[in-house]
Amino acid sequence: MIDILRCHDVHHRYGALSVLRGVRLTVAAGERHALIGPNGAGKSTLLKLIAGEERPSGGTVHYRGRDVTRDPVHRRARAGIGRSFQHSTLLGSLTVAQNVSLALTGGRVLARRTDRHRRAEVAAALASVGLEGQAEVPVAALSYSQCRRLEIAVALAARPQLLLLDEPAAGMSGEERGGLVELLRGVPPTVTIVFVEHDLDVVFDVATRVSVLHLGTVLCSGTPEQVRRSPEVQQAYLGGRMEEVHGEPGGA
Amino acid sequence: MTSLATTHPATRPRLRPAVRNATAVAAGTLLLAAAPLYLAPYATTTLTRILVFGLLAASLNLLVGVVGLPSLGHAAFFGVGAYAAAFSALHGTSGVPALLLGMAAAALVALVAGAVAVRAGGVFFLMLTLAVGELTQQAADSWESVTGGSNGLYGVPAPTLSGLVLDQPATTYWYVLAFFLAGLLALRLAATSATGVVLRGIRDSEDRMRALGYRTTLVKLGAFVFAGAVAGLAGGLLAAQQRLVTPADAGFETSALALLAVVIGGTGSWWGPCLGAALVIVVRDSLGATLDGHGPLALGLLFVLVVYLLPTGIARIRLRRTAP
Amino acid sequence: MPTAQIALTAMVNGLAIGLLLFITAAGLSLIFGMMDVLNLAHGALFLTGAYLAWWIGGEQQTWPSLGRAVVAVVVFGAAAGGLLSLLTAPLSRRSHLEQALLTLGIALVAADVLSALFGDDVRATEPPAGLAGTVTVAGWSYPSYRLALVGVAALLAAAVYWTVERTSLGALFRATVGDRDMVAAVGVDPRLVRGGVFVLGSVLATLAGLLGAPIYHARPGLDTTILVLALVVVVVGGLGSIRGPLIAALLFGQVESVGRAVLPGLASFLLFGTLAAVLVVRPRGLFTLAPGGRR
Repeated sequence: MIDILRCHDVHHRYGALSVLRGVRLTVAAGERHALIGPNGAGKSTLLKLIAGEERPSGGTVHYRGRDVTRDPVHRRARAGIGRSFQHSTLLGSLTVAQNVSLALTGGRVLARRTDRHRRAEVAAALASVGLEGQAEVPVAALSYSQCRRLEIAVALAARPQLLLLDEPAAGMSGEERGGLVELLRGVPPTVTIVFVEHDLDVVFDVATRVSVLHLGTVLCSGTPEQVRRSPEVQQAYLGGRMEEVHGEPGGA
Repeated sequence: MTSLATTHPATRPRLRPAVRNATAVAAGTLLLAAAPLYLAPYATTTLTRILVFGLLAASLNLLVGVVGLPSLGHAAFFGVGAYAAAFSALHGTSGVPALLLGMAAAALVALVAGAVAVRAGGVFFLMLTLAVGELTQQAADSWESVTGGSNGLYGVPAPTLSGLVLDQPATTYWYVLAFFLAGLLALRLAATSATGVVLRGIRDSEDRMRALGYRTTLVKLGAFVFAGAVAGLAGGLLAAQQRLVTPADAGFETSALALLAVVIGGTGSWWGPCLGAALVIVVRDSLGATLDGHGPLALGLLFVLVVYLLPTGIARIRLRRTAP
Repeated sequence: MPTAQIALTAMVNGLAIGLLLFITAAGLSLIFGMMDVLNLAHGALFLTGAYLAWWIGGEQQTWPSLGRAVVAVVVFGAAAGGLLSLLTAPLSRRSHLEQALLTLGIALVAADVLSALFGDDVRATEPPAGLAGTVTVAGWSYPSYRLALVGVAALLAAAVYWTVERTSLGALFRATVGDRDMVAAVGVDPRLVRGGVFVLGSVLATLAGLLGAPIYHARPGLDTTILVLALVVVVVGGLGSIRGPLIAALLFGQVESVGRAVLPGLASFLLFGTLAAVLVVRPRGLFTLAPGGRR
């Protein structure tokens, strides 16, 4: 298998606070790679560094064999790195369809595409997340779980090769989480997914590989089964159910 | 509020509001075009000034209302356009070429200023646009060989159009109206096109737009330069109408008046800022004699009142108007 | 005068202007950093200080009249700061634009009132005896007032730095920036902190106006000139630090002084050029906090 993403010895600090201390992470093409760990372990920061929103204080990030450590966000996005946001940043004054269609043009401001062609693509993207018929609704009128699903539709519409999801199940009810799992399982294998998630049921239902972050380093990495059984992980922090350990999602 | 922007729910048939809008626009244009036929020359001149100032306010609205870039120094580009057009007219080239020159000069200055201000972003954008406006006025005041110093450029010849000298209130009015409509149309096209959706996307969430591959700083700079060019066009029209350009035209009071017009008129439509501009000009002109040079006092009090009396905040007015 | 003497005078001048700018910008930065209010009436405060220096200190200041002027300027600055704090308090949850519009409105009103009170003429004031004229040191002559100003302004700048960085008062101010609720939890009324910051920031501006009066001379329009310089210093120096604005102020003091001496017509271009050049090299200003520390 080809590695689509390789983080080598990544460090990151905010002022005096060291958040990541030498993270090594390798993601093979087609993987569904979950990042788990307690609050403050550096999961969201790692996603930001991969997406390019922040530059690491040390180490390198390689994407498809190329060093992208110093590439700005938009260049990585055009190279195929897509992401969803933990706190919804949907474009509130635009319609559902406009949100999706902005992702379809892939960052080209003067893109010319026939309206009919685009409308079909928008409809397909919305249908894939169960938002049929909502195309012309303003985003401000959507419910929370509809927003979360639109979030994923937008991320997928950009046709990423590497999709970064920041807590896709946050705030969802049990039933909605089931729908989300189905949705993520339906993503074609050409799209590699790296996701941060607190809900272990979602993690073990979706992930093909799991990395555990603890205090800014990767504690262990393996198949869900290996991670579940690793005595190291058990001892370090699987003592109780994970949700109880982390409490509220958020933080670094 | 029936704005010109396409904010109508699509559950209704699309044609009807479009037809209604087109009718309203056509009727409004006719009414404006015929104005010199039923207005006294003095009123026509006032209306000309309103159009000039309305175009400035509308170009500022592209920044404030669509891109979310509240500029405190937009008159800088208005002033640069006015000076460039007046300079060109005084040196033998008036009319449309002078307007184009004014636009180009304003766009160039907006490119340089925007490269600094847009990149800084946030509250630094407010500070830097204010600084750019003030520095432009100071430059106009002190660069006497080009700008005529504090006297400004006076005796600007009237524009000529294929040999016809446009020096009557009515002819000047039609000349200004034609370019006002062209400028407004260009602004509206920019805001409602696919690019306009990108601009509003950046206003809503720049992070997301960047994550989707948009070079947001570049797009914002483009919008800043475009708005600056339209403000420069308005400045060129000012030179043609007023035949006089002074440093105050580039200065903070002009910027503040334009911003006030946008705030009063609302950022949700294109005619709103123009109506706001009409109100500002009429109030300023009619109070000018009574206020005895205390225009800044009235303007300042108006600002204070507007901020306090809009309890939901200017930003939220925008949201309320764009969401049905 | 030989060229070297002119250059030296311009540099001493620039140093004095730079320190004045720092004191003004520190007030602006303090109010923005602590209270998140962009106070665009700051230039008007400076100008009022300069007018008070002329009105109370007289065209030819004496030591007693200067003393009275200092008291007047501090009292006025404190009162104006308190008023600004009250006026901006209802807008604390609103956008920067709205606060900027409010303070701009206040600045316009203030400018109009000042020109109604003091007229449109330049109100020049001369420093008291002993500070007028020049002193000669090692064969070079320096304008005495500017030298004295460098000393006084440096002391004032040091006091600001020490207060913010080293005292418990400064720690309280810094805590307010981080978390406004925390201050209330410690048992301090946040409204008092707010008022205190506004008073301190405003007094710094009026004092700078008083000190700058013999150099700049009070006149209409000086308020915006100073406001723009202070804004540029804050943008370049970065928010939340004292060192950044100090270095930026010294830089722009030189640019302003040398620019006006060498290229009087093009000084504005020179100023903007320097600003642009700094921001191209350091897009986030000379000094910033942690990455992403600026929004």
